[in-house]
Amino acid sequence: MNIIVVGLSHKTAAVEIREKVAFSPTQMEKPLNALVALPDITEAVIVSTCNRVEIYATTRDVAGGMARLKRFLADYHNVPLETLEKHLYSHHGEEATRHVFRVASSLDSMVVGEPQILGQIKTSYGYAAEFKSSGIILNRFLHKAFSVAKRVRTETKIASSAVSVAFAAVELAKKIFGELTDKTVLLIGAGEMCELAAKHFINVGVRGVMVTNRTYERAEKLAEEFDAKPVHFEALMDHLPKADIILSSTGAPHFIIHQKDMEDVLRRRKLKPMFFIDIAVPRDIDPKVNDVENCYLYTVDDLNGVVATNLEQRKIEAAKAEAIVEQEIGQFFKWLSSLDVTPTIVALRSHFDEIRKAELAKTLSNWKDLPPGAEKKMDALTNAIMNKLLHHPTSLLKRTDQGSRNDLYVDALRHLFDLETGEQQESMMELED
Amino acid sequence: MNALLFNSTLVIYAVVTAVYLVYLLKPTESLGKTGLWLTMAGFLVHCGFTLNRFLDAGHTPITNLHESLSFFSLSVVGIFLLLERRYKISILGSFMMPLALLIMAISASFSTVIPPLNPALKSKWLAVHTIMAFLGYAAFAISFGVSIMYLIQSHFLKTRRLGSMFQKLPSLDILDDISYRCLTFGFPLLTFAIISGAIWAETAWGTYWSWDPKETWSLITWFIYAALLHGRLTTGWRGRKAAMLSIFGFVIMLFTFLGVNLLLPGLHSYK
Repeated sequence: MNIIVVGLSHKTAAVEIREKVAFSPTQMEKPLNALVALPDITEAVIVSTCNRVEIYATTRDVAGGMARLKRFLADYHNVPLETLEKHLYSHHGEEATRHVFRVASSLDSMVVGEPQILGQIKTSYGYAAEFKSSGIILNRFLHKAFSVAKRVRTETKIASSAVSVAFAAVELAKKIFGELTDKTVLLIGAGEMCELAAKHFINVGVRGVMVTNRTYERAEKLAEEFDAKPVHFEALMDHLPKADIILSSTGAPHFIIHQKDMEDVLRRRKLKPMFFIDIAVPRDIDPKVNDVENCYLYTVDDLNGVVATNLEQRKIEAAKAEAIVEQEIGQFFKWLSSLDVTPTIVALRSHFDEIRKAELAKTLSNWKDLPPGAEKKMDALTNAIMNKLLHHPTSLLKRTDQGSRNDLYVDALRHLFDLETGEQQESMMELED
Repeated sequence: MNALLFNSTLVIYAVVTAVYLVYLLKPTESLGKTGLWLTMAGFLVHCGFTLNRFLDAGHTPITNLHESLSFFSLSVVGIFLLLERRYKISILGSFMMPLALLIMAISASFSTVIPPLNPALKSKWLAVHTIMAFLGYAAFAISFGVSIMYLIQSHFLKTRRLGSMFQKLPSLDILDDISYRCLTFGFPLLTFAIISGAIWAETAWGTYWSWDPKETWSLITWFIYAALLHGRLTTGWRGRKAAMLSIFGFVIMLFTFLGVNLLLPGLHSYK
């Protein structure tokens, strides 16, 4: 049995293409049922996120299966296959396994290490399990992918540092203030990056937000959006001592916060530290403010620098993650190859035959005055019994029209008659957690 | 037995210090855990040494520099273990354990024989006075170490050097908090040590206060820490300023403890 994957991602297709073939999470039953109804496709899982659309399936016929999946993707969404074709990638066997391990571990993500993708794949798998389109192979295939992702997360630092300016600002604030729950953010001016950073601070649960703007109405409007308190720009110096984190991005051509004012502000807030984030160009805050005791000033360039370092760090961690993926591929394949029918039948027969021969030898050795020819007859008799017993299971296994049940039987047989190897038991245990 | 326990403690602290210094350069979780377990082992052996010394001598074993430095080190390690339990900051060890080792090494340089007890020290005040004084000293020592960590972390933030050591060091807020807590723990102990000393002096030497160098310098130390705590509560000396004052206070405290004993002759010059 082969695992195949056909799909497209942010690396191969622009959003205009991706949105055309996306599957709605509320209507997964229909496409999943249609997929497993296709000839030669036994199991199927659809992963559909804003960055990728992929179909994982099992098939006996790799080339035919891939062609069917491509055709299905095009037909289901009424997109001509010719336009879609050049954006699609397809993998099978080891490549498909490497692909899903990398995707789940967030090594194939737009921002390497971002944590959402694992949850998205788990949800996708949930649909497939709910509508019974995945069977023993894809079940274990995806569970293995989850456990690889978990290993990557715990053994590497791939997701441990901030890779966006807004997040970097929050991380730095935590290094100054520890918990942010009793801290107040002051937003001076408006701007996309500034508002995004403010949202991140609100998400981690700061106590309050103040907003100020040269035009008070705009401050009021923004304050409403953030559930914040608008303050008059003229009263900035009165409110500054109340703020712990200051996000500034005004269009002012000169500094609006000066070093000489800060000594007084700090004194009024009993020298409690302040964190300034200056996102404006030209800058709003005199760089000398950083020299004031307990004041920490970061500009947009500083934050970009932090992000760049963190991205470098992620690249190093990603290399470690790739090594983990390679290691796990081997393990999964040992299990997958054990599901081949022929070696299983051979192993089952030899297992039975060993028992038969051992028991026969035991009986015959204790049997004195044996009539001539009896030995041969006994051998033939036991052999016939064994063949009769094995006839139905063997012919059932050799049938090719029963889809994923075949793999289920093989797996069950290997367990029932203890035909398995060490690795398999290990992977069974991993499946449980 | 005494020497064995003392030397074992010294060796374990040396290993712990090495582990924590490596941790400083290459912070991994397993190194931090190893350091902590070894520290606990060292602390137990150290407790064993102190107890054994107490049984051998028949009085509180804080009567000369060898003993008191050892007890000072023991207190530092004890408070460090409590803080590590509470805050789970492995990197604290990289700053505390070298200090504990250094104090032990100085202790080792003084005579280890148990001398006959100075008659003036034969008093129930010995235990109260010395234990409080050295627990207080240890709290100030921890505050000193944490203040150095504060200055380093603050320097990293100001100069935007955000490497792996920056990542491992806790937030400024926590460092400031630990330092402050240590001061609020150490200051009352120092106060009671001075008061109990005065009462003891009255019974032993017939006067509460004789401006002996130790007494004078203890008072100076007391004023520095009092000023620091006062400044913090009223005008809010915190952050870098508080950290630098705490470091200054510790240097003066060290002089009160060691300098006075070794350099200035007086009633307290126990060697």
